[in-house]
Amino acid sequence: MSMSNYTLLVACACCALLSAASVAQQTPQLGKPVSEEQLQGWDLIVSPDGQGLPSGSGKAIEGKVVYEQQCAACHGLEAQGGAGVPSLVGGSPTANPAVLTVGSYWPFSSTLFDYVRRAMPPSAPKSLSDTQVYQVVAYILHLNGLVDEDFDLDSASLPTIEMPNHAGFVDRSQVQ
Amino acid sequence: MSEIYNQNNKEGLERVAANGLINRRHLLGLGMVGAGSLFANSVLAADNARVEIPTWSKMPGHDPSSYGNPAPYASDFQRLAGAPSTTLPGSGVSRSPLHLLRGNITPNSLHFERHHAGVPAIDPAVHRLVIHGMVRQPLEFSYEDLLAYPMQSRIYFLECSGNSGANTEATAGDSSAAAIHGLLSCAEWTGVSLATLLEETGIADGATWVTSTGADGASMGRSIPLNKALRDVFIALYQNGEPIRPEQGYPMRLFVPGWEGNVSVKWLTQIKLANMPANFRDETSKYTDLLPDGKALQFTFPMGVKSIITSPSGQMSLQRQGLHEVTGLAWSGNGAITRVEVSADGGRSWADAQLDGTGQDLALARFRIPWLWEGGPAVLQSRATDATGQVQPTRASVLANYDSVNRYHFNGIQSWSVSAQGEVKNVYV
Repeated sequence: MSMSNYTLLVACACCALLSAASVAQQTPQLGKPVSEEQLQGWDLIVSPDGQGLPSGSGKAIEGKVVYEQQCAACHGLEAQGGAGVPSLVGGSPTANPAVLTVGSYWPFSSTLFDYVRRAMPPSAPKSLSDTQVYQVVAYILHLNGLVDEDFDLDSASLPTIEMPNHAGFVDRSQVQ
Repeated sequence: MSEIYNQNNKEGLERVAANGLINRRHLLGLGMVGAGSLFANSVLAADNARVEIPTWSKMPGHDPSSYGNPAPYASDFQRLAGAPSTTLPGSGVSRSPLHLLRGNITPNSLHFERHHAGVPAIDPAVHRLVIHGMVRQPLEFSYEDLLAYPMQSRIYFLECSGNSGANTEATAGDSSAAAIHGLLSCAEWTGVSLATLLEETGIADGATWVTSTGADGASMGRSIPLNKALRDVFIALYQNGEPIRPEQGYPMRLFVPGWEGNVSVKWLTQIKLANMPANFRDETSKYTDLLPDGKALQFTFPMGVKSIITSPSGQMSLQRQGLHEVTGLAWSGNGAITRVEVSADGGRSWADAQLDGTGQDLALARFRIPWLWEGGPAVLQSRATDATGQVQPTRASVLANYDSVNRYHFNGIQSWSVSAQGEVKNVYV
């Protein structure tokens, strides 16, 4: 390497260091500390390992009432779905045509709890109590033959329910 | 060969592929060299009426206004909005009128929409962005806070992963370019790098995913890998220079360049670092690609290399024979567009189109090529290539990869047939 190239290289390296330092200094650091305790009831994320599930529990036999009051008008009394509303039971990804439902397609039971609590029913999302969510989730799982009607669904038991299509997905997240 | 030579000689136009495609170099002098003879008749046919000064040149116009409106005569520049959903209030789409737009940037009022529970009415003074989970110090930021941070401005396309899904149907619908492909837009987005904010919270060991949710009724959530989040993801606050529109996530949205639109969570209120994806409903039940064997692809993130001809396009009608400009849009979630080819004979012969712009990464690229339509039937297609060498596939080859119910991530070549009467229709070839 010639002397001039070497000098240039050192100069560039210095510039990079300086600019990195000045960027850090330009950040106003206005974030206000918040604790996870403060976020309870606000953070609704439930992950497949059960993290984020609230206390409480529910059984399918109790969830039937919640379902009929809150869900059946759109999803149907048998959870068979309707015009523009997905079926929640049965189906198969290998049928022709494929029918993708909670029972036949969803890989994690946590997703059902997460979605019902954050987004259902569409006209009044987040209006169900945690107990009602446990109950109605237990009922939908029961309609798919995944739990008995008196199965106690709670933060410990929910992540142990293996969904039929659990192994049906190919992770493409690192194909970027 | 001699026939082509003679035609070229006669018109002064260099034909570069079958059925009337003309060398893109002629764009520079369109209407001056070869085209002169084509328009000669209309010049001769002009009547002898006097050219009058119009009435609006004889009076003052209206006053300046505080917020501008389109020309009254451009009132057909509208989004294609679907009917309201009766079962999912606020849920639905509106599509950009791609067949009318002629640049690379989508006006804010015409940017496509996809909502899962409507557009929330957010008071920015109350809205907060919380960054927590696997961070060293959970922090919350107000809208005012974020406005004080260093920003970046970038031009990026945004495409819904369900865009063009209509062309996966068994029969080709008689639809416009907007109806088929209008879940696509491009804007200059300005905001704060997520890496900057994560530098402030710190990242805990073992964090590999970033989960985000919005403040809409559905609290729509998505997960993206941390490596992407640190590369080029930002919190968008401005869209084409003004605060982002309510339907685009006001006061703030996540912006994830090049990736399926749904991950750019609107009305962003929560960023939670984790060691696994949350597996939200919209990354398991929806936005996954069913394969022929019943398995499904999950987390298909970059949008594939793609292009469409926006004019002439479906439901248009060519009003005259002669030179037309074939123009359209190309884009890729992998990087810049490096080449667009156009065919007028259903993909048998191809000619390179002129690309406008600077070959920017992850932005729309406008392409153009002159086409001499002499009244015969034609099938117009475009085929894009990106900087990674990916070439846009045919419709049939895309469909072969998936189960027939899959509607996501379709990037097959679009075919527009032109009849002898000049009617343009969506077709499969």
